[in-house]
Amino acid sequence: MNSPRVRTVFEAEDIDRVLTRISHEIIERAKGAQSLVLLGIQSRGVPLASRIGKKISEFEGIEVPVGALDITMYRDDLRLRPARALEATALPDVGIDGRTVVLVDDVLFSGRTVRAALDALNELGRPRVVRLAVLVDRGHRELPIRADYVGKNLPTSLKESVRVKLSEIDGEDAVTLSSGPDLTRGGPGPAGDAA
Amino acid sequence: MNKHLLSAGDLSKSDALLVLDTAAQLAQVADRPVKKLPTLRGRTVVNLFFEDSTRTRISFEAAAKRLSADVINFSAKGSSVSKGESLKDTALTLEAMGADAVVVRHGSSGAPHRLANSGWIGGSVINAGDGTHEHPTQALLDAYTLREKLANGEGDLAGKRVTIVGDVLHSRVARSNVLLLSTLGADVTLVAPPTLLPVGVETWPCKVSYDLDPVVPDSDAVMMLRVQLERMTDSYFPTAREYSRRYGLDNHRMSMLSDESIVMHPGPMNRGMEITADVADSKRSVIVEQVANGVSVRMAVLYLLLGGYSPAQPAVDEIVEGN
Repeated sequence: MNSPRVRTVFEAEDIDRVLTRISHEIIERAKGAQSLVLLGIQSRGVPLASRIGKKISEFEGIEVPVGALDITMYRDDLRLRPARALEATALPDVGIDGRTVVLVDDVLFSGRTVRAALDALNELGRPRVVRLAVLVDRGHRELPIRADYVGKNLPTSLKESVRVKLSEIDGEDAVTLSSGPDLTRGGPGPAGDAA
Repeated sequence: MNKHLLSAGDLSKSDALLVLDTAAQLAQVADRPVKKLPTLRGRTVVNLFFEDSTRTRISFEAAAKRLSADVINFSAKGSSVSKGESLKDTALTLEAMGADAVVVRHGSSGAPHRLANSGWIGGSVINAGDGTHEHPTQALLDAYTLREKLANGEGDLAGKRVTIVGDVLHSRVARSNVLLLSTLGADVTLVAPPTLLPVGVETWPCKVSYDLDPVVPDSDAVMMLRVQLERMTDSYFPTAREYSRRYGLDNHRMSMLSDESIVMHPGPMNRGMEITADVADSKRSVIVEQVANGVSVRMAVLYLLLGGYSPAQPAVDEIVEGN
């Protein structure tokens, strides 16, 4: 059997550069960082959100509240697979009411994760605006959802897998594109491929 | 995890930790403005209670409702059971109504096992207490409470010393706790008069003592069992007063506990019998927290048993990658 061909799309420096640009774009659009709240979608959105939060704090000189959002209970495909373990949802102390909430995820794909995240947000409070930042947009949307801040548009075929590795979780920073389904991760639709 | 939850002994250590970790996440729902998750929408949970219960039934009901399941409460009193309907016919009725899970409490040990393995019903069976046999969700909520209080809410209970005192013979709580807590690595000691210990207790994964006083100072948690007056058909001890003196938890015994130790009781309490009112209402007592944790733990059990794939659902080829 041939092992799937793996191509590196982003190296560590590329990811850092892209996050810097997204941070500036977020500040520009929100006209400052006053009312911002960053929420990372579990699992790889969480370290991305805290990196963006750190950058915005550096640029603007004020602390940006960062939280984590687990959308498992809101997924539309729960009944197609065995029940899965939950991860932490941690809202910043300031809450999300009346804030500009930026959802952060690694890969935007079908759009179903973001749909679930919007449902989850709805029950946690009422943000003034919700925006979406993703490291990679690989296309193939199944819902009318788009990202406001995109690190890289990566045209892919449905047979390919996009994998985001982050040092906080995987020990290194990289985005890879492989020609076959990703066999290193359990089950169809692995988390790093989701969004 | 198995399809059914019949015995705490069926849970492997990783199963048990999964339930506790899931419960810890679900506990946050209680603090939210909208105390509800959509996860079990369209599922039906039947509470089938052949024995009286307050906290277990409302706890399961609250848990199922917070997950958006439809709940049907069935108690033997006021139903056809009081006209002599058999367990089988009751089960077939529930099956015809499309129950996805049946939470059952029954006076006879083994009734949930019979329900689960007879082919009468297709859904999951959750044991909510059967006779003097088991009460696994009580053990899970006790383990959750112990972990929150003694282990910062993380990992297992390795090396924690838990003393369970009282009517072990009739206690399904004790049996489930011994099985689960030993799976999680705790050192369990049972304390009871010889007449209130079951035959074969020496084969259980725990220590046994007839005396409470020497055990108390070395305990991280003391769990008092209810003296089950409704099951006291024989003379198990001379007088209630003597039992209370030897095996009750009063202020004096509580003062022998170390500073971090906690006092637990599965409820309902006989104040003045196995536990004095002072102790039950003291700072060490986590009895009210046990009840609150019960909802989170039962949510976790319902979610893990019902939240995922079930045979009634669309075929697997409809899965969209990255969904």
